[in-house]
Amino acid sequence: MSTQLAIFTREHYLNVSYGWKSWLFTRDHKRIALLFLMTITFFFFLGGAFATMVRLELMTPQGDLFQAQTYNKLFSMHGIVMIFLFLIPSIPAVLGNFLVPIMIGARDLAFPRLNLLSWYLLVIGGVFTLWAIVAGGVDTGWTFYTPYSSLFSNTNVVLAVIGIFISGFSSILTGLNFIVTIHQMRAPGMTWFRLPLFIWSHYATAIIQVLGTPVVAITLLLVAVERVWRVGIFDPALGGDPILFQHLFWFYSHPAVYIMILPGMGVVSELITTHSHKQIFGYTFVAFSSLAIAIIGFAVWGHHMFVAGQSQYASLMFSILSFLVAIPSAIKVFNWTATLYKGSISYSAPMLYALGFIGLFTIGGLTGLFLATTAVDLHVTDTYFVVAHFHYIMVGGMVMAYLGGIHHWWPKISGKMYPEGWARLAALIVFIGFNLTFFPQFVLGYLGMPRRYYAYADEFQVLNVMSTAGASILAVGYVLPMVYLIWSLRYGESASANPWGATGLEWQIPSPPPTENFEETPIVEEPAYNYESYSRASV
Amino acid sequence: MSLIVEHQFDDYEQQQQATTLGMWGFLATEVLFFGGMFLGYTVYRLLYHAPFGEASRHLDVVLGAVNTGVLLCSSLTMALGVHEAQEGNRRMVMLFLAITAALGMIFLGIKFFEYYQKFEEHLIPGPHFMWNGADARHASLFFIFYFVMTGMHALHMVIGIGLMAILVFLTWRGKFSSVYFAPIELGGLYWHFVDIVWVFLFPLLYLVERSR
Repeated sequence: MSTQLAIFTREHYLNVSYGWKSWLFTRDHKRIALLFLMTITFFFFLGGAFATMVRLELMTPQGDLFQAQTYNKLFSMHGIVMIFLFLIPSIPAVLGNFLVPIMIGARDLAFPRLNLLSWYLLVIGGVFTLWAIVAGGVDTGWTFYTPYSSLFSNTNVVLAVIGIFISGFSSILTGLNFIVTIHQMRAPGMTWFRLPLFIWSHYATAIIQVLGTPVVAITLLLVAVERVWRVGIFDPALGGDPILFQHLFWFYSHPAVYIMILPGMGVVSELITTHSHKQIFGYTFVAFSSLAIAIIGFAVWGHHMFVAGQSQYASLMFSILSFLVAIPSAIKVFNWTATLYKGSISYSAPMLYALGFIGLFTIGGLTGLFLATTAVDLHVTDTYFVVAHFHYIMVGGMVMAYLGGIHHWWPKISGKMYPEGWARLAALIVFIGFNLTFFPQFVLGYLGMPRRYYAYADEFQVLNVMSTAGASILAVGYVLPMVYLIWSLRYGESASANPWGATGLEWQIPSPPPTENFEETPIVEEPAYNYESYSRASV
Repeated sequence: MSLIVEHQFDDYEQQQQATTLGMWGFLATEVLFFGGMFLGYTVYRLLYHAPFGEASRHLDVVLGAVNTGVLLCSSLTMALGVHEAQEGNRRMVMLFLAITAALGMIFLGIKFFEYYQKFEEHLIPGPHFMWNGADARHASLFFIFYFVMTGMHALHMVIGIGLMAILVFLTWRGKFSSVYFAPIELGGLYWHFVDIVWVFLFPLLYLVERSR
């Protein structure tokens, strides 16, 4: 009896203290990660609700369910919520927050208070965005193109802009914390080239967060100034230049796409190696490809502006640079595939998500090359081809990686195993639903259906109905994990410290980890993913 | 006095290096934040050379120059404050930080006097903007950038003065020693950064057309 009691009462970060104060004033990176998890899950389903309404309207060619103005607000709010309040914080703020200190052998991030502040900033930014929604929404699209956003739109642009501005600083602080932590707090022996690739990709992400986000912050602030004081910064009628807005906006918002994929790549590197029990193929290439994506990614923003009146020489350069950024991405895909070769692969749910990621990211990436080609881009600009392309990256890539990561580290986070059968089923449903939703959109776009309209030509209906049907399947695939993961908190099997037989410091400590993570600072003596010596040792 | 090492750090040195790197990272963010405005200004200055030059001549170069001097002096007193902190002279630290804050306030006072002058001259962009020269639209554009950039800078000055007040208070309470004075050093980094922004703003806004 007493031993049983001892097992149940082992102190860890979840049961060390109770009450709302112990959460809202916590400085523990693991608890803050859970705060982020709950917040962004809310925004994910909110953004999903907007997407559902968009897809329902597009079931029929006529605009019948919503008015045109309402439809404009729906897709705008979908984009704003999903990008700024879900995708940007998703993997870094949840999994990154939880895992970065543990993976490098530290007790916490370098600045725990700043970390908590960054959650509060996301919440405050989210409240402003919700306020904008409740007050009637925004209809500018998530891109806030001027002069429409600054002078003509009669919707709550300023509120939404304030929301994004504030949540942007949440992202900056997270990035800053990661950079300092990774530089300064690695355990003895944890050299740069022994770091898990998850850390490398978060380091690259953090660079973009710190250097890109302030630019969009000031840009949106200028839009607000122009709108409130009715002066012309970006409005040609008042002497400004709308193209300047687009340059400034995309200077952040293209690298932001890499904020929305690099952490996913980091997760996939972990999933592939763990669930095929194999050393990553070409560690240094995968590590440096993350940095290359972050750096080259800052020089490709002009490919959003091929039709915006940019000089053809600029377009040519941006086109070439956009092709260049595909190379490090391709290196990753090839190296993951090579890692699988002769691995002992287990088709667990995280692995299914990882394999899904590789396939969907490849399609998303290759169609990105179509769009980087100036001539093809002219044909498909502002069509559903573009919509399909970036959803393959952001949803097919990042959300798959996010879900895979949540499953993979769920035993560590919660101390419980998720139900494997249900999880595999959900992964399969997500994959099927996703492809049915978005593959028809490639065809629609190529045939010429423009994005952001609530009505379309009759001949596009079959493909649109397919897409809406896929979206409903996808919705099931997203609700399912939420149900069984919450179920597992109470009824799930207790997880051992290392249920996957994985290398990596996070699996050497109990599940869930104690507040201080490590009883004593670990000393690292081997490279990451050292599965060969690991399996020898366990035999 | 014992050193305060937060639980996540192994030792004081690690904490010191981490906070310093954090501050530099934050300043990198700030550079990009101001960078967006500098880019916008530069683009329009190239496109609308003449009205920007004309508008620039409406700024009070004497007040601008005095303010530059005030800020450079404040950076000197800030640096002296950090030096005294290294030496552990509590009273001198408080003195120099207080002078730094006071100089900052003088800067803001002069700045707001300049804003008031612009208000009197109807040079604030918007419906009441009045311009006698050619191309009022682009002259107005100059003043938008003037107000947004100097306004953002002034906001940073206000934060800096607040920081100085907190640091003086903490020094008075005896929180720092010749070994532990990192917050003063970091406050200094921030102050010098805000100063440097002005060093770029002054020639760009005030001096750009004075030679003709």
